[in-house]
Formats: sequence, structure tokens, C-alpha cells
Amino acid sequence: MSTFDTTELTLNMGPQHPSTHGVLRVVLRLDGERVVGCDVVIGYLHRGIEKLCEHRDWQQIVLITDRMDYVAAASNNLGYVETVEKLMSLEVPRRARYIRVILAELQRIASHCLWLGTHAMDMGAMTVFLYCFRERELVLDLFEEYCGARLTYNSMRIGGLPLDIPSGWDKKVRAFCDILESKVPEYEELLTHNRIWRDRTKGIGVIGGADAVALGLTGPVLRGSGVPRDVRKDEPYAAYSDFEFDVPVGTAGDTYDRYLVRIEEFHQSVRIIRQALDGLPEGPIVAKVPRLIKPPAGETYHAIESPKGELGYFIVSDGKSNAPYRFRVRPPSFCNLQALPRLVQGHLMSDVVALIGSIDIVLGEVDR
Amino acid sequence: MSDPVTPGSARTIPPPTGPTDPPPPADLPVPAFITTAQSAVAGAIERIAYWVGDWSLIVSLTRLPEVAAHLRDTAGAQFDLCSDVTATDWPPRAERFDVIYTLYSTRLKHRVRLKVRVAETGSVPSVASVWPAANWLEREVFDLFGIRFGGHPDLRRILMPDEWQGHPQRKDYPLEGPGEMLLENPVDWLKVKRAGEIE
Repeated sequence: MSTFDTTELTLNMGPQHPSTHGVLRVVLRLDGERVVGCDVVIGYLHRGIEKLCEHRDWQQIVLITDRMDYVAAASNNLGYVETVEKLMSLEVPRRARYIRVILAELQRIASHCLWLGTHAMDMGAMTVFLYCFRERELVLDLFEEYCGARLTYNSMRIGGLPLDIPSGWDKKVRAFCDILESKVPEYEELLTHNRIWRDRTKGIGVIGGADAVALGLTGPVLRGSGVPRDVRKDEPYAAYSDFEFDVPVGTAGDTYDRYLVRIEEFHQSVRIIRQALDGLPEGPIVAKVPRLIKPPAGETYHAIESPKGELGYFIVSDGKSNAPYRFRVRPPSFCNLQALPRLVQGHLMSDVVALIGSIDIVLGEVDR
Repeated sequence: MSDPVTPGSARTIPPPTGPTDPPPPADLPVPAFITTAQSAVAGAIERIAYWVGDWSLIVSLTRLPEVAAHLRDTAGAQFDLCSDVTATDWPPRAERFDVIYTLYSTRLKHRVRLKVRVAETGSVPSVASVWPAANWLEREVFDLFGIRFGGHPDLRRILMPDEWQGHPQRKDYPLEGPGEMLLENPVDWLKVKRAGEIE
């Protein structure tokens, strides 16, 4: 009666927990409601994609990359085909590169819509989820019209694209850009100045720029900490060097700033898409590629800015067999998730949910 | 084991004995941070390789932490982001594995790869103290290749279950797995489990 029981409580969260966005398991050590320790257990969705790709044809791998970050399949396709093109020193036609940029940016919008909707829903803001999925649906419709699929697109080929854009598609993309621009303020109206949202996100999971870099964070999570690192700007790929866009950065490095960074990225993506549509060159959509792809012996690493962060592929070709000798993916979600124990330290149990949402993971990519 | 896509091809071609690692062309200037590192950590960088725009440094195994700390802290290098750690397996070679670190500098915006060679029984000095980002990435290499990292703070399996036998990314590990997962009868599962306990 006179002494309090101060034993630490070990609490298992997941792998079947609605806020873990899949099958993430977090073992929390709690002192009352405060988190004093956290162990992240992953691997529930491990399908051995790297091993599998070492036993598949170079062209077949495009299809497997869809299954990693399944809410941003086009970005995964883009990273892979560009790596192989770099290995083969292949020049891709400008039209193909422009269309790739449009697809990748539409994908970023779709991914951020899904992120915002689920992140807000985790914290009880149900309406935003419905708003975001309304717009995401429009992106999926555009992808469906382009390549016939809504989730796993298989939308790129080594050397270019499988299909040219359908007639009238560019007008629909423009119309979508207008719609999105009018809808993003609606999301902001619900959240940005919402007292509850600010209380739940401001000052939660603060990480400084230098710490964030040392922990290997990339993407919006790193930019929220004020580091202007964006692969699209720093190491331009596809046709990003032709377009003007800004890299939004945060100042506080908390959950709220990471939210603001992603909201601003909606606008920047729209800006890039409009420029790409305006300057869309005529011409072929695929380079001259041998029917049997066999890159010369060698290895390379190539990174792109996926919606989650730096998505890198490290591929080794032995120059003889028609499958890569080593296929390695640098998954942004995996590397960003590593910071979770550091971010949740000292916060309340309920903030863990906010922080898992804030680093935007997709378990298909974490576990591969 | 049969290859589902390229029947015969994987077996008729002898496996490569190591990476190509071609030296840079003579007319290509070597970046300043490499020449600085060569003189500052003398003898640690065994060779320089260049291929399709990527620079690789082949580093001697024992001096890896020295080179890593130098590349992170020197003014002209500033490799503050360890973006990837991975490995490649070349079974015919005596030092069978290459462990590869992909580094990036967020300030100077350049990249380099470090490579060390390690035998199956050997151990790589961990760089998790230099770049905390390497923690999970080295765990993944340990899990999938079975390469040990000396001085790693938390060397456990990360993707595969803790009780898993073998290391799936090795070239001698079959794509279908070692076989025990193909058992259909739950009674056989129990047998496998008991056999594992006796070991």
C-alpha cells in the first residue's frame, strides 16, 4: 500500500495491430505510460525477393519489384530499370524519361495520400482517410488507363516503357492535378491548424539533422529534420534535371514537420507533372535493346527518390548468365524503421502509433 | 535443384570466381578524397576500381574502421551517410565474401563504395560505431550470409526466424530452401522440431 510497484512492463504490439501498417511487431518496455525501451521485430513478410531475383531473367525482375513497396510500384520499377540501364550504359529516349517522371510523381502522390490517410486515421482523424483515398482512387484510375493494373503496374521496361500514353491521358492527368490542388487545402483545413492534431504531433519524435543522417534516414523523414537531401536534386535521374521544383524541409524534426514536408511534396509533385506534360517530347518510347539482355560483367549502385526515401539497387552482373549474379535492394522503409527505437524513447505509448505512421513504412519493402 | 527460367544455363556456365573490379582508365582523374585517404591511411586501400561512374575502394579487412572514420571525418570526404551495407558471395574464392559499404556525403554530394574480403570463418570489424545506420544493415548481412561482425552491438538475425538454420543468400543455398518447409503433414513438422531440439 505504501510503495508503488515500479516494475517495467513489457508490452507486445503487433504483428497484428491495426496501426502497424502490416506485420510489424514492436516489443515495448514501459514505465507506466512512458516508453523506456523498444525492440523492433521484422521479417514476417520476408519472401526472399533478393534471392528470387538472382534466379530470374533481367526482364522478369521488373514484375517482382512491384511486390516490394506495393503502394509505390512505379517507383520500384523505375529504380530497377535505371540501374540495369546504367549497367548497360543505355541511353533512354527523352519521351520515355518524361513519361517515367510523370508516373513516378503520380505514384508519389498516391503513396503520400495513402500515408496521410492512414497516419491521420491512426490518431483518430477518420475523415482525412476518406478524403485521401478519394484522390488516390483517381491516381489508380490513371494508372489503370495507362497500363491496365491498379496496384502492381509492371509499368517500365529496360530501355524505356512498354506502352506509350493513351490518347487523351495527358488531359486527364492535367485535370487530376487541378483537382488535387483544390483538395490538398481541404486536408490541411482538417489537420494543419487542428488543435488535437498539433498536440499529438508537435514535439513528438524529435530528431536533429546530424543524428538523422547518422541513423541513415532518407526521404521526407530526413527533410523534416532540416536536411535538404533529395536524390531528385542531388543526383538527378530520369529527366528531373529538366524541371524546376523545390525541396521542402522542416525545422523542428518532429512528427508535425514531417507531415508538413509531405503536404508540400503534393504541390511540388503537381508542379513537376505539369512541367513534364508541357514539355513532353515526341519520339520513341524505347531504346534499341537486344532481345536477350546480358549486361556486361560489372556492378553498380543506383538510387532514386522513392516516396519513402532513397531507394537504391546494387546489382552485380557476371556478363554470362541471363540473371543478375547479385541483386540487392536498399529499402528506404527498412533503414528509416531503424530509427524507431530512438524516436519513441521517452514518449507515451500512444505516440508510438503516431511515430510508426510518421516514418511511413511499407512492410513489403522492409522485409522483402 | 532446377532453375525455373533458364534451364541448364546456370549450370553449364562455370560460376565466376570474383568481381571484375576494373581499374580506372588512365586518363580519368582520381577524386581528391581517394588520394587523400591513400596517403592518410597508408596501405589500407589495396586497390581502386571504377565502373560506369562508380568508384570502389578495396580496403584491407583489419583496417576498415580506420578508413571508415577517416572518410567520415575528413573535410574533403565527409561521408556522413552509410546508405547501404551488403555482401556478395563468390564460393570458389578462398576469401569467399565481399562486404560492400555504399557511402554518400550529404554535404559534398558524392558517393563511394568500400569493399572488404572475408573468409567464411572470418569476421569483419563492425562500422556501427562510425555510422549507427550500419547496425541493422550489418545484422541483415549476418542473417542472410552468415558473415560475423566483430564489435557489433546487437548481432542477431533480423529477417529470418531466430531458430533458422543456414543463410539463404549464399550461393550454395537452394532457392527452394533446405526442404523442411515443404513438409505437408503436421506430424512431420513435429519430427523436424524434435530433431532440432536434440541438436
